[in-house]
Amino acid sequence: MTTGSPQPRFAMRGIVKRFGATAALDGVDFAVVPGEIHALVGENGAGKSTLMKILAGALRPDGGTMHLDGSPYFPRSTHDARRAGVAMIYQELSLAPHLPVEDNVMLGMEPGVFGIRNRAAIRARTREALALLGHGAIDPRTRVRELPIAARQIVEIARALAVGCRILVLDEPTSSLALADIQQLFSVLGALREQGHAIVYISHFLEEVKQIADRYTVLRDGQTVGSGATADHSIEEIVAKMVGRRLEQMYPRSARVPGDVVLDVQKLSALPKPLDASFSLRRGEILGLAGLVGAGRTELLRALFGLAPITGGDIRLFVHRGWAPPPERWRQGAGMVSEDRATEGVALSLSIADNITMNLSRDAGRWGIVRPRRLDTSATRWIDTLGIKARGPHQKARTLSGGNQQKLALARLLHQDVDVLLLDEPTRGIDVGSKSQVYELIDRLASGDRNTGTPGRGILLVSSYLPELLGMCDRIAVMNRGRLGPARPTHEWTEHSLMLAATG
Amino acid sequence: MKRFSSLTQTLGPLAGLLLIFSLFAIIGPESFFSSNNLETIARQTAIVGSAALGMTLVIISGGIDLSVGSIIALVTVAIAALLQAGVDPLLAALGGVGTGIVCGFANGYLITRLRVVPFIVTLGTLLVVRGAAKGFAREQKIDAPLTWLKELLAALPPGEGWRVVPWGVWLTVVLAVGVAALLIYTRLGRHIIAIGSNEQTARLCGVPVDRVKTTVYALGGFFAGVAGVLQFSRLTVGDPTVAMGVELDVIAAVVIGGGSLSGGEGSVLGTIVGALIMTVIRSGCAQMGLPNWVQEMVTGGIIVTAVAIDRWRQRRRTSDGGVVS
Repeated sequence: MTTGSPQPRFAMRGIVKRFGATAALDGVDFAVVPGEIHALVGENGAGKSTLMKILAGALRPDGGTMHLDGSPYFPRSTHDARRAGVAMIYQELSLAPHLPVEDNVMLGMEPGVFGIRNRAAIRARTREALALLGHGAIDPRTRVRELPIAARQIVEIARALAVGCRILVLDEPTSSLALADIQQLFSVLGALREQGHAIVYISHFLEEVKQIADRYTVLRDGQTVGSGATADHSIEEIVAKMVGRRLEQMYPRSARVPGDVVLDVQKLSALPKPLDASFSLRRGEILGLAGLVGAGRTELLRALFGLAPITGGDIRLFVHRGWAPPPERWRQGAGMVSEDRATEGVALSLSIADNITMNLSRDAGRWGIVRPRRLDTSATRWIDTLGIKARGPHQKARTLSGGNQQKLALARLLHQDVDVLLLDEPTRGIDVGSKSQVYELIDRLASGDRNTGTPGRGILLVSSYLPELLGMCDRIAVMNRGRLGPARPTHEWTEHSLMLAATG
Repeated sequence: MKRFSSLTQTLGPLAGLLLIFSLFAIIGPESFFSSNNLETIARQTAIVGSAALGMTLVIISGGIDLSVGSIIALVTVAIAALLQAGVDPLLAALGGVGTGIVCGFANGYLITRLRVVPFIVTLGTLLVVRGAAKGFAREQKIDAPLTWLKELLAALPPGEGWRVVPWGVWLTVVLAVGVAALLIYTRLGRHIIAIGSNEQTARLCGVPVDRVKTTVYALGGFFAGVAGVLQFSRLTVGDPTVAMGVELDVIAAVVIGGGSLSGGEGSVLGTIVGALIMTVIRSGCAQMGLPNWVQEMVTGGIIVTAVAIDRWRQRRRTSDGGVVS
């Protein structure tokens, strides 16, 4: 490397960020020097996105210091950070699709006099930025929505360069790119490194990190647990740091007796994911789906439940073959809990009773006449059974805590008495206490009840939290970029091997 | 190849206009195609067309303005009152336009300060402004001395054929060119599109979102004011009950012309074509002696068809173009 240690372009020391009682970040050190690509890695929930929000000015730290080119950096807003030269490129690209490339690149700082924009200058500076990236072929006059995703990303990077950014942060930039586009992006990043830019590269894909990054920093549970040159460490070593040693958590696990196959999926494909997914689920069993965010697990669940069309393969749910829309799936005995609780899982402006009895197929009388008192009775029963903390069936879902909202979403499934449960991140964003209650509930549903003769249900559990999958599931399959691996018994997996399968 | 797509977008409504026009020229009476009738069509389009120029900006920015009809009525009342007080016609007209700007600015101010959606704010001002017009005029028409203002939209007198259409129509044409230039050549124009396309991004990039929005609604008021002047020219009195529901015609013109209510899309040429389509249908049906209800049903059908075709084309474009592999 260079003689001595160059002054870092950007340095964070001892950053702390608390949300209520929990510390999302607890002493993070992180520094980037000019002319390097620095990878930031860590499991889901390790604190990467919180850290980047602080860097981008969207959150303010509760402790620690930040310096940009040696002078204190304390952004009060995202606008502040942008002006200071911090450019963020997020997974979901932020461009104005209706405007041409040149107007996107120069948006908010168009040169011109008396409000008449200087088109020639705008175009020239756009061309210049695109040429620096080796993409002079992109026509500045093309509207952004007519460009493929990969090119849009280039446009965003060009915008960052045109502003004169001092540090460029890319958050999971390759998750929606095809292989050829990834190589193209890498050559762009390589060129920027040659020009002396400081680049932060956040990715789950460690192969990519090895290939493109010079150094890496590992975050775990809100702390910096390691950093070094990527050339000096193998992927296994980095994974070991990411996973680390963790407090053992208690996951309830009653005796489960696998019964008949209730859901059988053969070579299921949908656009853009999954590709040729095959698996089967039995009664009395929890099958876990591991993988990175964006690997295609949610898409698989949505296709199974009829929320997305399929392009190939076969689904058999009990005796019903083929794709079916959600109303039919409910009748066939399947239910789904969405990962997006706020917009899809729960109707926040409705009452608990309305949420639980949402599709009314069990509660409406003849000719679709609804008797409100009956809805209340049903709801009250579930509030008691699941221990939902609420004043009564008429309380609005919005006023419940995250954990109780999640119980509400599960109560809807139980009220419909479904036998196959498709659960997408059922414990995301809820506190530890509620989590263990949800785990208990899921376990109870899978095991059934020998006393009352209730058979166990079949549960498909999508989770990005590995200890949860290892603690709850009977079998686990890993999805990676749309492809589902074989389901293997849980004892054959470790966090380490799951991580490798998900990031390979 | 790609460069043509924005062109074909406005060519679509234009083709529709030609189709409807030639249909009436073939099946309608000879008088439809007479130069006299063409002039009438142009005159009748001017009021909705000029108001629709402002609405184009509002809709491109992702907003809506329901108060246009009421503003037009208030403007006619204001002009009549000023003329009655002996004010010079030009100043009276400018006063009318100023009234429109004030109303539009109030819309923009309320929308950006109260953080209430444009639909609700302008629904409110629709009633407030209409009420103000009625109250100011004491619920009757205000008579005004005849001035040259009535010539703005009157049929051409003999010997003035070189103008082709009356001055009011020329005014609309000039303003249309101005708005088109605003969208293409000015910073403000690009910021309007950016806000309608992706407001968060615009804010992130340092676009003064609230200021641009306020300006857009003030411009909407300005164009409603111009429409009010033209309306007055047609009426020659101030009428607080005129232009009821005109806002819907104005919105329809923008939407037929390719404007999207979710923002980011719309063009001046498209809007003018949209306004013309509606006048041509009205005129054609009238010339053929078809009753009013036929013309209403045809216009309604055209609105839905035009937008459906537009959406279908967009879907097709996104499915052969840039999709994630």
